[in-house]
Amino acid sequence: MAKVPVQFRLNGSDRAAFIDAADNLLMTLRRGLNEFAPKYGCGQGTCGVCTVLIDGEPQLSCLTLAVACEGRHVETASGMAEGPNLHPLQVAFMDNFAAQCGFCTPGMLMAARALLDRNPKPSREEVIEAIAGNICRCTGYEPIINAILAAAGAGDQKRA
Amino acid sequence: MLEIRKDYFANERDDNLNVIGKGIQRQDMPGHVTGRSRYFDDHAFEGLLHLKVVRSPHHHARIRSVDVGEAERAPGVKRILRAADVPVNKNTLLSLINFGKDDEPTLAVDKVHYKGEPVVAVIAESEAAAMAARKLVRIDYEVLPAVFDVEEALKPGAPIVNETYPNNYFEYHEKFDHQKLRFGDTEKAFAAADLVIEERYQTSPIEHAPTETNGSIAAPEQDNRFVVHSCAQGLFFSLGTSAKILNIESNRLHFIGGTVGGGFGGKVDSLTEPLAILGAMLTGRPVRYVLDREEEMLYGSPRGAERVYVKDGVMRDGRIIARHVRSYFDAGAYTRLSSYAAIKCTAHLPGPYWIPNVSSDIYVSYTNRCPSTAMRGFGITAADFALEVQMDKLAHAVNMDPMEFRILNAYRDGDMKAHRRVAKNTALIECVQVAAEKARWPISESARRQSSLEGGGQRERGQIPATPIDQRGQIGRPETRSGPVTQTLPAGTMRIPLTKQPELEGSRDARPVAPNVPRYEPARPMTQPVVQAPAPLAPMPSAAPPPQPGVEPPAPPAPGVQPQHGAMRFSSVFGTRRR
Repeated sequence: MAKVPVQFRLNGSDRAAFIDAADNLLMTLRRGLNEFAPKYGCGQGTCGVCTVLIDGEPQLSCLTLAVACEGRHVETASGMAEGPNLHPLQVAFMDNFAAQCGFCTPGMLMAARALLDRNPKPSREEVIEAIAGNICRCTGYEPIINAILAAAGAGDQKRA
Repeated sequence: MLEIRKDYFANERDDNLNVIGKGIQRQDMPGHVTGRSRYFDDHAFEGLLHLKVVRSPHHHARIRSVDVGEAERAPGVKRILRAADVPVNKNTLLSLINFGKDDEPTLAVDKVHYKGEPVVAVIAESEAAAMAARKLVRIDYEVLPAVFDVEEALKPGAPIVNETYPNNYFEYHEKFDHQKLRFGDTEKAFAAADLVIEERYQTSPIEHAPTETNGSIAAPEQDNRFVVHSCAQGLFFSLGTSAKILNIESNRLHFIGGTVGGGFGGKVDSLTEPLAILGAMLTGRPVRYVLDREEEMLYGSPRGAERVYVKDGVMRDGRIIARHVRSYFDAGAYTRLSSYAAIKCTAHLPGPYWIPNVSSDIYVSYTNRCPSTAMRGFGITAADFALEVQMDKLAHAVNMDPMEFRILNAYRDGDMKAHRRVAKNTALIECVQVAAEKARWPISESARRQSSLEGGGQRERGQIPATPIDQRGQIGRPETRSGPVTQTLPAGTMRIPLTKQPELEGSRDARPVAPNVPRYEPARPMTQPVVQAPAPLAPMPSAAPPPQPGVEPPAPPAPGVQPQHGAMRFSSVFGTRRR
């Protein structure tokens, strides 16, 4: 099958790949560019573990055609740290035990980061709504919500 | 707020619990929050091939013919795998510890036994090509009658689900059709009880639904070995299973894993590893076999459904004097780990309560459902659900507070359990007291004063009662399904002796008897009551190889050495203890 080129920025670096035109962004990132932070969980947009930011907006990469990302900026959990310094959300996730198996964490971090980027002081309800599309099967949502609130400086971490 | 009560453990360990109560960062946490943790699928391979299986659309069917010609010629297809390609195409997971007969093929041979059973594997250059080619495999089925109910499956004339166990129950030690517990005389006690309550409980299968689906990637390494990135929860269990199915030395397999995207028991069956490795062996290229979400939900083995009948005899003052449990564990079409579930269930009965007369009959039934497997306390959780709902009903029947009813009947240290072991480190009374306090549930002053450390083991609480036994459940003995009492063991008898040799007279229930049922030595007649003190712990047979000439065996540990604080493990399969 004829491959088509696609070029976009990935975590600040220009990247390109030859893909099948029908390939989704998740497959292109994982199998084309060896960017494994976004995970495959369902392939049908229901679990959120493939969540990435496209031009700052949280998107499900399993439902996004890779060719539709031409020229745009794709961000994943791998690009959150500034050099050796972790993003405040990453630190808060560590401090609040907001990852158990860790599989939902990269997607959860992307959803949380999109929230804090547009609303630095969210309420608890706003945090819950922001991660409503991200399924976690073992950590439990309370530590995750607490971590996001902690990162936002909203306190109330030890509620549970 | 978490509260650690170290005083409860004061006599169990020395006070080296120096981590409890402190915050310690987990080693894998930085990887998780930076997206660097490598799960099995997070590995890049040049020339990676993708494997997909064709699954049975029927619950039970004979395979008349399989035509893979068109699929083989489809774009991107590199190899088709059939049952004949699998070197040892019959396995049971616990065969690694010599428990149970091989009963499950990796790819179905001439029959399918559940909807979703893998029949053919397609290996192609891309997932899309494998999925397209899988639709081109032509399989002609003759649909057969199926059975989905655990009790229906055990009735005469039911469809045979699993040819290895043609009577639709797992055979323990090729001799017994179920797990049985006898302690005291439940029948007599039911007759003497003020109230007898029997209820039926039914649970449903539960899919673990981990966010990471089951899967693995296998690739040829140098030295004729294969590296396997696996989702397995028991990595070496999966390695051993794969080595057996592929009939290769285990040192040719290099399993890498341990970072599991949620398991909960659903990643112990080696659902993908053997075929991925076989694919790598036959193509010479890396092969990735990952279940998609639909496969995971429909065909990833679930927690098995259980049907539990609990019959209790209770006195008006709240004492339970007899409990009988009859339970059926739905294994689905193949054994996997269900044989172990029934052992765990039996070991758990009658729950954390001292009851002077206890009996149980726990069956593993085969049905034409997806095989069930491990999941968080499997074998125990459903029984506990039934027992605790039953406890509430009993409390209501005798007009007692359910918390106090539990405190009244709870095990205390020194009580003789139905398994003829003395209860130690019991704590139900304290748990109920704390739960009542936290929930602001009023309990009486006398219930608050009770202690697990007091009153246990006194008089009959510490004794093994006289126990009538029967031969119910012996394979090959048609009359034993509801067999009468055959013998009464005197009080204090620790072990029930082996019963007589089964009589193999023609077919049972008008169905073929299991082939190759071995004959057993008759039990020695009981000339005198076997009254034994509790046996000391048997020493674990040494796992070390026999000493080789010229090699000094390591010196045994000197007596009087302080005991180590490693966890003591109890194997309910072998009944041995080991560190």
